[in-house]
Amino acid sequence: MNWYVFLEGVISVLLIAGGAFAFIGSLGMAHLRDFYMRLHGPTKATTLGIGCILIASMLYFGVTAGQPVVQEMLITLFLFITAPVSAHLLAKTGLHLKLKHVEKTRGKPVELYREEVGEKPVPHPDRGHD
Amino acid sequence: MITPRSWLPTPLLSLLLLVVWLLLVTSISFGHVLLGGVLAIVIPLISQRFWDVQPNVKKPGMLLRYALRVLGDIIRANLEVSWLILNPRRRMRPTFIEYPLMLEERFTITLLANTITLTPGTVSANLRMDGRSLLIHALDVGDEQALIDEIRERYEQPLKEIYEC
Repeated sequence: MNWYVFLEGVISVLLIAGGAFAFIGSLGMAHLRDFYMRLHGPTKATTLGIGCILIASMLYFGVTAGQPVVQEMLITLFLFITAPVSAHLLAKTGLHLKLKHVEKTRGKPVELYREEVGEKPVPHPDRGHD
Repeated sequence: MITPRSWLPTPLLSLLLLVVWLLLVTSISFGHVLLGGVLAIVIPLISQRFWDVQPNVKKPGMLLRYALRVLGDIIRANLEVSWLILNPRRRMRPTFIEYPLMLEERFTITLLANTITLTPGTVSANLRMDGRSLLIHALDVGDEQALIDEIRERYEQPLKEIYEC
């Protein structure tokens, strides 16, 4: 009996921690200063949040079903593969569109070489392209 | 280590596919192992031409150690970034860093870029076409050289040993 109460506690703590981390990640995306800094929130804080929730889910269903549940590992795997790739692509897009970054940022987002930009500029209505 | 053959060009990928298949159907009955095995052999054969040549893992033990280290660092990264977000008084020093690469294979560079994005306060932003350097955006950096050295020592060196030596 005590064992189950203890386990319930662990699962609850994991769920709360997971929710908190996911929230902090989103908060970061909402209130950090520029595009590049905002990228950091969702790529990191959210991974741990989802991780905590998945571990909680594995524990809960593992105990109630009486056999180990491992599908959640797949979600983690896919998340770890896709999160960095999408972050990289977003950052790269930011560089291409020459998005502003906060003044105090040190170092320059080096000028992209011609072959990296590509021949055809992306139409951008705000800048007078049509 | 299993060596690649003509019908099994990427043993590790095949193994991964089999494991993913078994996890997806959540059963290890004979039929599913057989079906998964067939898929694991056929899919790499069909998609082989889209792939870059993948370097072989030279030291599997080290790869495992590397994975564990990255996992630990991901947790540390999460705590650090959460702290930075929650504490607006703390002054952030965002920086763009051009990181000179030692790795040469495109596959290992991809791994390194992914690792950098998942670990403390850094996002890889752009890879030069010539594959010589990686542009990194970091959230809070005191000393650029220290960060470069840390990445070199913690991630790039092991990756180089695992795949390229």
